Amino acid sequence: MSEKLRKSLGLGILGGLVALTMLASAHSLAGQTFLNVSYDPTRELYKAINPAFAADWKARTGETIELLASHGGSGAQARAVIEGLNADVVTLALAADIDAIASKSGKIPVDWQKRRPNNSSPYTSTIVFLVRKGNPKAVEDWDDLAKPGVAVITPNPKTSGGARWNYLAAWGYGLKKFGGDEAKTKDFVKAIYKNAPVMDTGARGSTITFAQRGIGDVLLAWENEAFLALKEFGADKFEIVTPPQSILAEPPVAVVDANADAKGNRQLAEAYLDFLYSPAAQAIIARNFYRPVHPEYAAKDDVKKFAKIEFITVDKSFGGWAAAQKKHFADGGIFDDIQKQELTR
Amino acid sequence: MTSPSLVGKNARRFAAPSVIPGFGLTFGYTLIYLGVIVLFPLATLIWQSSGLGFSGLYAIAAEPRVAASLRTTFFISFAAAVVDLFFGLIVAWVLTRYDFPGRRLLDAFVDLPFALPTAVAGISLAALYSPNGWFGAPLADYDIKVAYTRWGILVALIFIGLPFVVRTVQPIISELEAELEEASATLGAGRLQTVVRVMLPPLAPALLTGFALAFARSIGEYGSVIFIAGNIAYVSEIAPLIIVVKLEQYDVPGATGIATIMLAISFAALLLINLVQAWSRRRFGHV
Repeated sequence: MSEKLRKSLGLGILGGLVALTMLASAHSLAGQTFLNVSYDPTRELYKAINPAFAADWKARTGETIELLASHGGSGAQARAVIEGLNADVVTLALAADIDAIASKSGKIPVDWQKRRPNNSSPYTSTIVFLVRKGNPKAVEDWDDLAKPGVAVITPNPKTSGGARWNYLAAWGYGLKKFGGDEAKTKDFVKAIYKNAPVMDTGARGSTITFAQRGIGDVLLAWENEAFLALKEFGADKFEIVTPPQSILAEPPVAVVDANADAKGNRQLAEAYLDFLYSPAAQAIIARNFYRPVHPEYAAKDDVKKFAKIEFITVDKSFGGWAAAQKKHFADGGIFDDIQKQELTR
Repeated sequence: MTSPSLVGKNARRFAAPSVIPGFGLTFGYTLIYLGVIVLFPLATLIWQSSGLGFSGLYAIAAEPRVAASLRTTFFISFAAAVVDLFFGLIVAWVLTRYDFPGRRLLDAFVDLPFALPTAVAGISLAALYSPNGWFGAPLADYDIKVAYTRWGILVALIFIGLPFVVRTVQPIISELEAELEEASATLGAGRLQTVVRVMLPPLAPALLTGFALAFARSIGEYGSVIFIAGNIAYVSEIAPLIIVVKLEQYDVPGATGIATIMLAISFAALLLINLVQAWSRRRFGHV
């Protein structure tokens, strides 16, 4: 092979590689469709909502749209959006995660939660107990979780949004039981976490640990996850125990203004979130075991499944998510302290 | 393993023509590629945590929870690499030295941990070793718990590290001549003597390389470990998990700080292993 030929061959290979790289990145940029960035347990919900909305949108405008959904840990999803994941709307597990997008990226106005009814939550949920059939450890209320010998499965509040609801629900119960005594409440919550043999990084992981691996006596779970587990693994294996008091979980939704505007999807994004409050979507929501904010639109049988619970809320009991996050879950917060004292176990 | 023809030649060899076209072009491409793919991200990492300073880094590493996770990660990674070193050598030996039906298939199996998504590995291992799993159930009868303890981490790290040892040692074993063993035996050496004094020395550098690779891989491992570790603070939390926890709180400097500390420790460990390797290469004059 001559020197010249060799050189041109080299250039060719280099050029080819460069072209390939550029082609790959151009392709990923071109995929501008509608993206809903959500958290883990809503997988099934948005799988049902998206076709319904697409049909509704086509009927109204004649446009065919492609709706994409991304699922993962709520905090990780929020971080991805902050770092540039091109979400048109976010439907996350905690207001704190959307707050973080608003404050750190500026892509959402800080007053986002006032833009839609019901704190921008088209559906709510709560934390319930999933126990093994026959409830062998007789778990009926939060007190039972703190008893020695009861193994409690919950994800890690440091990595999972859902786990933070679990923790706050237990804390809220403790506050009520001890008449607002924080020291006693802390000991109570500590006793519960002392009973946790495994802490998965997300809600789905904990469900698998409990239901599939057979670890633990009780799973602290989103109500919809508990119902899903019954559906997946069979009602002959597990049952749901609803504590008399729990926390009202309000997973919020928001348009990511800057992204939707840049993609020309603003109208679509607003319509998508409005649709979540519509009769059709509310019925789907109830069918997927989330509590609809308009139960009157849902099928009676679906609504009947939700037991009556006395709810505490993050706003009233903890002064909002920002305060709760700082006091309980930040580095050096109460949850860290609870775990530190476990060093010797 | 560099071929002998390239070793110890004078400087002209550096730019001599080879099969790959255009030394200048390919060398430049190599530099740019390594820079963009490896060095630049690592530099960003160090740059992002540079605001912390040494005292800041030390404060992060000294935090009890972080310190515990670093200990867990490095000790268990080391233990796993030791196990892989021993059993990897046996696997490589059997696959290279003996011919039996299904040898090629077994040989291909060795690479599976490379190809498998680590989360899948973690989930399957957790399923096997959990108290109701195939391995976990009989062990549970003897009150031995593997999944959701530190042993679980060890099992996961042994799994992902094995191919590194096997694949680095295999070519050297195939180069070793069986005559050496025969000569050793005819000169009156016992089996153990033959293994320790004749077989192992030339294998040492490759074994060390395999060990270093398995060790390094284990330190960074996340996916397979979090599913089987249990993730209990101070007990079975690995350092990469703490990085994720920090990121979850939008504490990017904290997360990059831990990453930088891990990078520094790993680099020191790899350097040490390389020095030992260089020494053993000089000492035994092989490979």
